[in-house]
Amino acid sequence: MKPVLPLLLASLLGTAVPSFAASDGAARGLAIALESERRDTGWRDSTVAVTMILQDRRGQTRERRLRLSMLEKPGNDGDKTLTIFDSPPDMAGTLFLSHAVVGADDNLWLYLPSLKRVKRISSSNKTGAFFGSEFAYEDISAPEIGKFTYNYVGDKSCGRLTCFVVERFPAYRNSGYSKLITWFDTSEYRPQRIDYVDRSGRILKVLTLSGYKRYAGRFWRPQTLTMQNNKTGKTTILRYGNYAFGRGLTDAYFSQGNLRNIQ
Amino acid sequence: MRSALWPAVAFSLVAGQAGAQTSLTGSVAGELRYFPQSPAFAGQADDRLQLSTSLEARFSYDFDGGSDRIVVTPFLRFGGAGDGRDHVDLREAYWLHQGDGWSLTAGIDKVFWGVTESRHLVDIINQDDALEDIDGEDKLGQPMVGLSVYGDHGTFSVYVLPWFREREFLGFGRRLGGPAPIGSATFESPDGTSHVDFAVRWSHSVGDLDIGLSYFDGTSREPRMIPTGPALVPHYDQIGQAGLDLQLTAGDWLWKLEAIRRSGHGPDFWAATAGFEWTIPGIAGTGADLGLIAEYSHDGRHPVLAPATIYDDDLFLGARLGLNDINDTSLLAGALIDRDTDARVFLFEGQRRLGENWLLSLEGRFFGGAVAPDPISAIRNDDYLSLSLKRSF
Repeated sequence: MKPVLPLLLASLLGTAVPSFAASDGAARGLAIALESERRDTGWRDSTVAVTMILQDRRGQTRERRLRLSMLEKPGNDGDKTLTIFDSPPDMAGTLFLSHAVVGADDNLWLYLPSLKRVKRISSSNKTGAFFGSEFAYEDISAPEIGKFTYNYVGDKSCGRLTCFVVERFPAYRNSGYSKLITWFDTSEYRPQRIDYVDRSGRILKVLTLSGYKRYAGRFWRPQTLTMQNNKTGKTTILRYGNYAFGRGLTDAYFSQGNLRNIQ
Repeated sequence: MRSALWPAVAFSLVAGQAGAQTSLTGSVAGELRYFPQSPAFAGQADDRLQLSTSLEARFSYDFDGGSDRIVVTPFLRFGGAGDGRDHVDLREAYWLHQGDGWSLTAGIDKVFWGVTESRHLVDIINQDDALEDIDGEDKLGQPMVGLSVYGDHGTFSVYVLPWFREREFLGFGRRLGGPAPIGSATFESPDGTSHVDFAVRWSHSVGDLDIGLSYFDGTSREPRMIPTGPALVPHYDQIGQAGLDLQLTAGDWLWKLEAIRRSGHGPDFWAATAGFEWTIPGIAGTGADLGLIAEYSHDGRHPVLAPATIYDDDLFLGARLGLNDINDTSLLAGALIDRDTDARVFLFEGQRRLGENWLLSLEGRFFGGAVAPDPISAIRNDDYLSLSLKRSF
């Protein structure tokens, strides 16, 4: 099943990208997002260690260590993500399991190791902070193509690169944003920057993705994500360690019944 | 040869999901309890301040490429000057084997079932650690062999529980210890604590609905307290209990239900807890989340032939505030209100992290209006505040 999807997308895009007129912003925006996804298809599963640095307005910082495991699902099946907290030490062993759903709220569970309790939590609370960070839940949810509508704005320079600037409009309920202005570089279609525009039209947060490295010859992954909140003055930095791909993780690993076995 | 091997070993250590095959984590905590009132019963010590220390250490060792694991977690509390809370327990001491979609546990472990916040009705595998707290959230380790199979059809688990853990009591004369001495436990089963209990559970998520069905057959974790001369004797009956837990996650609302049907404690009876948790994200333009909880409990048990409960016809109202600040400050306040009597329990729990490794908690419990036979009347003058500082490692 998995090999089919990249082929399908490739055949679709092979004709689609050049044939859209530049004025057709919606189609061009979608085509760019699809091409970005196509280039990042086929990784199957991956794991990575992350250091999350929280910085408040006064420059006070806190560090959290976590590990992410991700399972790629084809087409409209949402990806699955498991987050394991290693620090702060009183949170060690806390787990956050997410099954992305296209066209509805994602399914989320929290595992509390002190009680050994699996707790299904609401995902409509998309604007809530993810564990005290400047990332809202919707910012870290898998950006499935069907979750947005698109509008290509134009090309702009982004550092030493040139970027396609694409507006993504949340197609799901209860988003905290009116749109996400996403900058994909023109050479590899990697997201370089996302401006999160709130409901009143102001840029609430700016995410910068930097230090891209290529893994397994194809998959570009950033080493650092910096989320700057213009409203609160707080910043969250995510530093990624080495990614591993194709570890053979299965759906069973990402099931609620497995949560008590993970450490 | 040797030099060629070392990079491979180093790689496998780095590549291992957990990073390390052996880990030691845990915490040390100091707790100060303050009782503002004199005790209710003659012979009860008029302790106003109690200081104690606790230690929990979790040792874990993964082998066979992570498919097998040994976990040992001792817990101890000590230092109380006669507060009756000194005790040692093995919270965990098990071997775990994991396959693809199944796992087998043998040893001492803890299992939690359920969804509601004010009462854990369906949860039945582990005995309460009643010396730690009166809220039923601390548990004694339970010897078991457990098999779980999980996949597209949910999680199916079976447990064989070969040894029963008696509830420990603070005892007469202590704060929160009640009005009478506690005698030696008696059992309906001639096998006593070596009666073998069984439990099964199936749980699944279907869209927005999480469902759990369970059955337990064996020694009741709740004792009946039988007056015998001047003492109360804990008596453990053999029961059968079917349980259902449901949660519907609908937007910001979590709708919850737990229900049981139990046999063996006098006439068969139903009990249920149902309610909601409503979360309001980013209240007042801040990053703080406010959760409002309302749950109603009904319990149809016999007043004498079944263990007493405080949840016969009670409403719990609570609010949980998470500031989402850098120190993870959170507050919970609530009240359990008996609809038939004036019995009330008020509680609050607040905590924040100090730096990376320290956690400061303040808790309060206040008991009002209860008269016998409501179990709360036994601790009616034992309102307390508890301040604790925990260092995790």
